[in-house]
Amino acid sequence: MARKTQLLPKIALGVVGWAVALWIFFPIFWMVLTGFKTEMDAISTPPHLIFHPTLQSYHDVFAQENYWHFTFNTVLMSVFATGGALLLGVPAAYSMAFFPGKRTRGTLLWMLSTRMLPPVGVLVPVYLIARSTHLLDTIIGLGIINLLTNLPIIVWMLYTFFKEVPVPILEAGRMDGANRWQEISVVLLPLALPGIASTALLSLILCWNEAFWSLNLTSSNAAPLASFIASFSSPEGLFFAKLSAASTLAVAPILVFGWFSQKQLVRGLTFGAVK
Amino acid sequence: MAKVELRDIRKTYHAEEIIKGVSLDINDEEFVVFVGPSGCGKSTLLRMIAGLEEISAGDLLIDGKRVNDIEPAKRGLAMVFQSYALYPHMNVYQNMEFGLKLAGMPEPERRQKINDVAKTLQLDSYLKHKPGQLSGGQRQRVAIGRAIVRNPKVFLFDEPLSNLDAALRGQMRVELATLHRRLKATTIYVTHDQVEAMTMADKIVVLQKGVVEQVGSPLELYHHPRNLFVARFIGSPPMNFLPVTVRSVTENGIVVALDHGAPVTVPVLPGETASAEAMTLGIRPEHIVLDPQGEITGTIRMVERLGALTLLHVALPDGALIIVQTDGDHGGEVDAPVGLRLLAENCHLFDARGMALTKLVRHRLAG
Ligand SMILES: Nc1ncnc2c1ncn2[C@@H]1O[C@H](COP(=O)(O)OP(=O)(O)OP(=O)(O)O)[C@@H](O)[C@H]1O
Ligand SMILES: [Mg+2]
Repeated sequence: MARKTQLLPKIALGVVGWAVALWIFFPIFWMVLTGFKTEMDAISTPPHLIFHPTLQSYHDVFAQENYWHFTFNTVLMSVFATGGALLLGVPAAYSMAFFPGKRTRGTLLWMLSTRMLPPVGVLVPVYLIARSTHLLDTIIGLGIINLLTNLPIIVWMLYTFFKEVPVPILEAGRMDGANRWQEISVVLLPLALPGIASTALLSLILCWNEAFWSLNLTSSNAAPLASFIASFSSPEGLFFAKLSAASTLAVAPILVFGWFSQKQLVRGLTFGAVK
Repeated sequence: MAKVELRDIRKTYHAEEIIKGVSLDINDEEFVVFVGPSGCGKSTLLRMIAGLEEISAGDLLIDGKRVNDIEPAKRGLAMVFQSYALYPHMNVYQNMEFGLKLAGMPEPERRQKINDVAKTLQLDSYLKHKPGQLSGGQRQRVAIGRAIVRNPKVFLFDEPLSNLDAALRGQMRVELATLHRRLKATTIYVTHDQVEAMTMADKIVVLQKGVVEQVGSPLELYHHPRNLFVARFIGSPPMNFLPVTVRSVTENGIVVALDHGAPVTVPVLPGETASAEAMTLGIRPEHIVLDPQGEITGTIRMVERLGALTLLHVALPDGALIIVQTDGDHGGEVDAPVGLRLLAENCHLFDARGMALTKLVRHRLAG
């Protein structure tokens, strides 16, 4: 009897879980599907679930734009922004987690509040600054703006992970003669590695998918994949299938990377178990 | 090797003084134990000596040199933490090697040293293990080993055995004492455990609310507590306290009257004591004997049989409960009346301020 009453909510939860997962996944599924349709099939209503798959859209996409150029820009920009954010974020989170002052909490909240500002609100000043520093349409320029917008989240995440590292272990390092840098690099970072890896992954995904600044601050040289997708959307004509194919191409690398590193992360988490 | 001196050391957190001026001399090779109730500042004091906590005021001297502003590793100390604080991502060998590496010791020398220490601590077959694969006792050994390899002038321990079970704690206690006798390094040891304090210490420092209440050898604190706090804190089960009134002052001591019972002559220096003054008499459970002709009578309320000993909780006529220790074979039963005799030479008298009156005779083992 008791088992039965426990089983029911479990099944219900499972159903809800799957429903939500499918709900979230459906647009991606539909996008991939549409990429293999003809433009006519893509706009037909009701939509055809059975159709003749074609690679025509992919051919068109590769013929029209240099996919590798955009991918290269995106990878470079994301890695630069993530590396830079970690470089700034690790010392910041270290000092906040282990040497908190009266204003630490306030600072953390304030940092997060900068994310509440809609980016369009600072578009003009940022654009003007980028122009006068000659950073318009450069990977560095786009990287810097991504680095800065993601920094608050990265510091928050690192702060949370660092908080879980037992302080006496760091103190033992200090007693053993580790200086500040050694304490961070040899003791803290290995202990917080799974957390740092997930922070880096999140930052990479955010940079990869960022569109607003990508579209506004780059034109050709430094244009990332977001611009690549946008270039297939036009005010007239049939473009749904091509757009879907381009989008699929744009998200595929980060999707695959995320999938594999996720497994690595789980491994790291269980291996590094502290206690 | 090393002498540690504390000169009016203070610690303030957020305008609140936690350590209120501690002065202390710790001699070379001495084993000093800090005891006191939870929150009295033992760990804070130890961490200030270690250099993990800033000293708000006062001077800390090691071998006569002021080290307040010297970083932990340069003070020549090693610390063993309650939680062991091993590096979880390094194996046992690397844990012990870390400090030596940072100190710039050459590889062959390091290996020699670590192997020697691992052997004495019976860790030689675990050198490749990560801390997560070791038992609590083994982790504790690694933590001790990590401290020993660095050849520190002073060892600091913060409740190192409190996470171990009773049997292992007893064993490690003996090992630590043996180790200290061999290494002869000055040691400062924080503990909650009476037995650890009494058995290992050359000198016990009793702290309360950031103030040193008394410093002395274990038996000095046991036989000559300076005040009510120390008397209550040292000894288990704790000392009994009875309100008394001074009858007269004689050359053999002070004659006091219990509320219910015959007078007792306590052999202490009278000082300023006046007749009719209210005082507190302290007597340990092991210094009360069952005697139908004794000064006081009471009723047994509870019997705790520990095997070798029996503890009787006895209610006095005024309702106060006292603990009496008697032999394991005592057949005492609840609600039975008992007569009790206080061994006068083991009685302590405390004045209204809680300060002990000096005994006429010092205990021969109290130093
Ligand atoms: N970082 C800190 N900030 C504020 N107060 C602190 C801090 N560290 C310790 N305290 C306070 O200082 C007092 C002494 O703490 P400490 O840890 O030294 O006590 P302790 O004697 O070691 O206690 P225990 O036996 O429980 O370990 C406590 O009241 C504690 O609340
Ligand atoms: Mg403590």
